[in-house]
Amino acid sequence: MLSIRNLRARVGETEILKGISLEVNPGEVHAVMGPNGSGKSTLARILSGREGYEITADKLEYMGHDLLEMTPEERAREGLFMAFQYPVEIPGISNIQFLRTAYNSVRKHRGEEPLDSVDFLAMVKSRLKEVDIDQSFLRRSVNTDFSGGEKKRNEMLQMLVLEPRLAILDETDSGLDIDALATVAGSINSLRSEDRSIVMVTHYQRLLDYVVPDHVHILADGRIVKSGKADLAQKLEKKGYGWLAEHAGEEAEA
Amino acid sequence: MGTGTDSVNQLIEGGYKHGFVTEIDADSLPPGLNEDVIRAISAKKQEPEFMLNWRLRAYRHWIKLQEKEPTWAHVKYPRINYQDMVYYSAPKSDKEGPKSLEEVDPELLRTYEKLGIPLHEQKALAGVAVDAVFDSVSVATTFKDKLAEAGVIFCSFSEAVQNHPELVEKYLGSVVPYTDNFFATLNAAVFSDGSFCYIPEGVRCPMELSTYFRINALNTGQFERTLIIAEKGSYVSYLEGCTAPMRDENQLHAAVVELVAHEDAEIKYSTVQNWYPGDKDGKGGIYNFVTKRGLCKGDRSHISWTQVETGSAITWKYPSVILRGDDSTGEFYSVALTNNLQQADTGTKMIHLGKNTRSTIISKGISAGRAQNSYRGLVRVSPKADNARNFTQCDSLLLSDQCGAHTYPYIENKNPSGRIEHEATTTRIGEDQLFYCRQRGIDPEDAVSMIVNGFCDDVFRKLPMEFAVEAQALLEVSLEGAVG
Repeated sequence: MLSIRNLRARVGETEILKGISLEVNPGEVHAVMGPNGSGKSTLARILSGREGYEITADKLEYMGHDLLEMTPEERAREGLFMAFQYPVEIPGISNIQFLRTAYNSVRKHRGEEPLDSVDFLAMVKSRLKEVDIDQSFLRRSVNTDFSGGEKKRNEMLQMLVLEPRLAILDETDSGLDIDALATVAGSINSLRSEDRSIVMVTHYQRLLDYVVPDHVHILADGRIVKSGKADLAQKLEKKGYGWLAEHAGEEAEA
Repeated sequence: MGTGTDSVNQLIEGGYKHGFVTEIDADSLPPGLNEDVIRAISAKKQEPEFMLNWRLRAYRHWIKLQEKEPTWAHVKYPRINYQDMVYYSAPKSDKEGPKSLEEVDPELLRTYEKLGIPLHEQKALAGVAVDAVFDSVSVATTFKDKLAEAGVIFCSFSEAVQNHPELVEKYLGSVVPYTDNFFATLNAAVFSDGSFCYIPEGVRCPMELSTYFRINALNTGQFERTLIIAEKGSYVSYLEGCTAPMRDENQLHAAVVELVAHEDAEIKYSTVQNWYPGDKDGKGGIYNFVTKRGLCKGDRSHISWTQVETGSAITWKYPSVILRGDDSTGEFYSVALTNNLQQADTGTKMIHLGKNTRSTIISKGISAGRAQNSYRGLVRVSPKADNARNFTQCDSLLLSDQCGAHTYPYIENKNPSGRIEHEATTTRIGEDQLFYCRQRGIDPEDAVSMIVNGFCDDVFRKLPMEFAVEAQALLEVSLEGAVG
């Protein structure tokens, strides 16, 4: 699904990623954890196609395609979805219109006919319950004057509608109260399947109580300093990121 | 995509789709302006004496204004030589006047078809009467019978002068006097044609009235004049839309529109303007120096201007409302998009004279390339206008880092009970917004037009449905360009 070998990224003179290697297979859920400034959000942004980084990698492939050869919209149409840490406001464009434009862009890419507004609305309505938002939400402008929780739920709604192959969640759990966290986790879990992969970028362990990952990677200073199973996250929660510094370099293999 | 600015610039460097020239022999006067030219125009149109006299008074006034061409607007252009221009040109086939569409020069009809203006059947089904102005003379008017049944007069200005001289004499210049300003005065002297509309008392006009303007003959100044009168308790919605062929030389357009709303009458005037804006380097393009004003003459009358301005090299335009009747309402909703080297100085004037008068101004300016976009608006509350209310909102959207957005609000409140609110915002189209759309699979080009459409949503909602669709399409055309 996703294959990264020796990924380096810099902005100007500052190297942010210093050789990341990561293998994500279909059906797997990976958690990428790390302290602030470790480079985890940069990793998510680079995978989604955000510009502004000088990137080198021995290998950076998604579904067998070289990611660096694909524009952000091509990645999206091929099923790579990123849930934004800070979803962007687009005043004057309704959620439903935005979502349908996105959905039909993907369909067009697959050579399918666009879905008309009636059929599309019916499909979206069926997803609304899963993210615990009511229908009036669809008429509101994209993320405009939304609360933090509403913005994150909206990201989840988009994810469920677009049904990505690879979902990258950039700190989707940040700023959520416990109810919203449970809802968001429910959406992620409902997306889990044998042919889909999920990469969760998070600072805290608490999301992982709800969405149990297959693999956990800990990022520090632009490198994966430790990888393990779900229990690694718990260990980290107990001991804090300081504990890692002591072990840095010991188990730096991915 | 390199930097954000470059990519957005690429997106908006769209070509002008309506650039072609129709070859029709023009029956034109030689270039230049003097009393003989005015007399010739009036004679060609077989006008009654009051018209000729009015034109001559305007011309003599204009001579005195020679050094007073307005310079206060935030626009730059080379000095216009008014003696180089042609002040009258009519399509040749007009000599005897077409009696029906069959008699209209087929070349002309094809031009309209290329522009996507459905002149006959499609429009007929849509219920829109079209009074098409080609250069200076109306060539086709449809639906007259249906309108006549309702008592509505909708015809070319020339016809109105012939058939309803008493109405023309009564209202011509009653809202925009010939002394009003340099360009309005010039228009009064030389105007060739335009539209006339009269809605009798208590009549709700059964269809949207629509006029399409088009500038064609080389070096032809076009001077339209529109007069709309809504009698007591009547209603009319009027649509005006324009496109122009590609030209290298600047063309002057100085139109005048006058609206009169009597007691309880309502006039909705909507414009979609897409004249040739000039090329990427600012060469060519229309100078659009227009005076539009409505008079809310009667109590509880209502005038609403909605405009979508995407064309012209220079736009100088302030559709205004004089709120004379008590409890009358004026509205101005505007989208002005400037790209490349386009310049727009546009806004409105709301003059509150009557008691309890209300006005609303919503202005959306979009600048791209190296364009300059200014909102200029006056809200004046006179001493007798008790309880006047105004709300103004001016939003500017910048699509590049080389363009400019300017806001010049003028507020004069001479009555302590007046309440005036003004809100203004300026935002830059975000690389974040663009990326968010692209990450959802949306084309960058579609994303820009979607974001811009969203920005204009408040105004588009005010347009009649059909026009709203056209306006959105127009923004897309104006913003479209090569994406790598």
